Amino acid sequence: MGIAVRVSDLTKVYQRYAHRKQFRTLKSALLKGNLIGELRPDEIFSALSGVTFNVWEGSTFAVIGRNGSGKSSLLKVLAGITKPTSGEVEVNGRVSALIELGAGFHPEISGRENVFINGIMLGLSKREITERFDEIVEFAELEEFIDAPVKNYSSGMYMRLGFAVAIHVNPDVLLIDEVLAVGDQEFVHKCLDKISEFRRRGKTILLVTHSLGLVEKLADEAIWLDGGKIQVRGDPKKVVDAYLAQVTSREEEALAAAEEQAVAAFSGSPEAEPAPDEESPSQREKGRWGSREVEITEAALLGSDGEPRHVFDTGEPVTVRLRIKSSGTIKDFVFGIGIFNADGVCCYGTNTDIEEFVPLSLSGDGEVRFALDRLDLVEGTYFLDVAAHQRDGYPFDYHRSLHAFRVNSRVKDLGIYRPAHRWEFSSNISIKPPSEQ
Amino acid sequence: MLKNLRNLFHYRVLIQSLVVRELKARYRGSVLGFFWSFINPLLQLLIYTFVFAYVLPGRFQVEPYPLFLFTGILPWTWFSSSILEASNVLITSGNLIKKIMFPAEVLPFVVVFSNMVHFFLGLPILFAFLVYYGKLHWTLVFLPGVVLLQLVFSLGVCLFFSALSVHFRDVQNILANLLMLWFFSSPVIYPYLDISPSIQRWLNYNPMTHILVGYHQTLFTGSLGHWPWLLAMSVGSVVTFLVGYAFFDRLRDTYAEEV
Repeated sequence: MGIAVRVSDLTKVYQRYAHRKQFRTLKSALLKGNLIGELRPDEIFSALSGVTFNVWEGSTFAVIGRNGSGKSSLLKVLAGITKPTSGEVEVNGRVSALIELGAGFHPEISGRENVFINGIMLGLSKREITERFDEIVEFAELEEFIDAPVKNYSSGMYMRLGFAVAIHVNPDVLLIDEVLAVGDQEFVHKCLDKISEFRRRGKTILLVTHSLGLVEKLADEAIWLDGGKIQVRGDPKKVVDAYLAQVTSREEEALAAAEEQAVAAFSGSPEAEPAPDEESPSQREKGRWGSREVEITEAALLGSDGEPRHVFDTGEPVTVRLRIKSSGTIKDFVFGIGIFNADGVCCYGTNTDIEEFVPLSLSGDGEVRFALDRLDLVEGTYFLDVAAHQRDGYPFDYHRSLHAFRVNSRVKDLGIYRPAHRWEFSSNISIKPPSEQ
Repeated sequence: MLKNLRNLFHYRVLIQSLVVRELKARYRGSVLGFFWSFINPLLQLLIYTFVFAYVLPGRFQVEPYPLFLFTGILPWTWFSSSILEASNVLITSGNLIKKIMFPAEVLPFVVVFSNMVHFFLGLPILFAFLVYYGKLHWTLVFLPGVVLLQLVFSLGVCLFFSALSVHFRDVQNILANLLMLWFFSSPVIYPYLDISPSIQRWLNYNPMTHILVGYHQTLFTGSLGHWPWLLAMSVGSVVTFLVGYAFFDRLRDTYAEEV
């Protein structure tokens, strides 16, 4: 088995011409009397630095990373669209790059003519296109419209035709850049089938995607790019986990910063804000009000290790911890919590009064814990409301939407609440369970 | 650069099919379609004839003047539309350069060749007039040589301007005026021999002067008196082409990032 793609110490530097953004003219260049000087960049930006990896012939290789991490730059260099600034890239065999579907289509002429011209652009001969023409049209499901001008195509038809031509170039190395993110489910499945067929036929695939499930399912090897450098390389599962860990820590940072900001914004003078009127769920604004006779000085979500966090996996145990302070001895008090999703829908709400706790007395500093054995919410961002008030509703301290947290899940199920569940099948139904994560 | 030049030969199918696409797409949707390739030069001819035969009559010592005019307008139109289109072809086709592995030099070639096809479509009309006025000369056999000269020269100029306009978008605006000046500095509406020698000396620096005189002599007057100039121009066009190509090649790697 040989090497299909060899990348060694690849660096790609983009040059920004900041001052020419405003005076992008020949005149200013001439006035300065120096055309070449004008072409000198003010700022350079490394999209890729020191990237080295090999892709074995017949394997599927995935590249993941957040936006701007250099994935597309890498693919463009591999496709030969841009040149490396330094380092070497070697691709063995015919390459087809699915970077933008139907990039070369001319809107005014028919689909049929575009197939031929696009095919020639992608390196096919006229004979090869004639041989594959019917197959291309059939794959794109455009038999009826192939003689209509492409400008009249729907965007779906356009993409189908673009994909069909590119995939029928029959490359040895297929480069795919996130093109599967567009298109309806049916089309995506069809493309995935075609890609699987490619793998079976021993072709090399290099895949750039945000779909981590796809990476784990398809890839033999993966790299995670961040800031133009390879962070982790190797087994897809390992790479995806490392990437997710970083995503989580970034989310954690962002949520913690947002919470700090929100709490700071509303921790001014007590009673500064009246209790707002009940609004529609989608208009739940952040807020804090109440007399502060009992003050909630801190609200935190604790993970199983007892440390405050903002990002959880679904099904994890979670504890809401409230730190409270009262100025005197209070005899009538209720503690409540509410969890809302990003749409403002109440996922769950309860308080000590509803659950028939009877307040006796409270003084000084204290702590209230609300423990959940399982956080059974589907993936998404949620807001925590916490409150201390009297049984008649007179507010001591009310925090609305000040505390946000995120629930992540590998299973992309729908709704709000995920009850613990299992599937059962009778013996005549043959179905493969998901592989254990 | 030599390797890239050799590659050009491999792109001939691509260039050919893109030229066909260009021609098909240009008049798609218009009622008269392909006839515009004939009608446009005819309309131009009418306008110039109106001005120089009726508004300002008797200016130039050529008969029939409209035919003379037509002999020059056809190749000039090929030249000037090629340059104008080439000056933004890399930008309008940015999608190709950025999204697929595409040899950028193909684009100015396609511009020049598709305008050449329009020029060829105008030729039958020109020939019809030449026959009508009894102006067919044996010197016609040298016409392909003049056409080739113009083709090579235009390619060089178009490669240069298409590359330049990627970095300086205002090239397109400058060109519109430059071409106007160029038009009046070339013997299209006036005969080369009618101008005073002192001005002729300056016009001789303009390569298009000699190419147009070439057309006038092979088609209209039936003389070959200008051949030393044309011989010099054949070297000049090849040099122009190589310089234009070298400039284009030099900036090649910047297109995908700049357009």
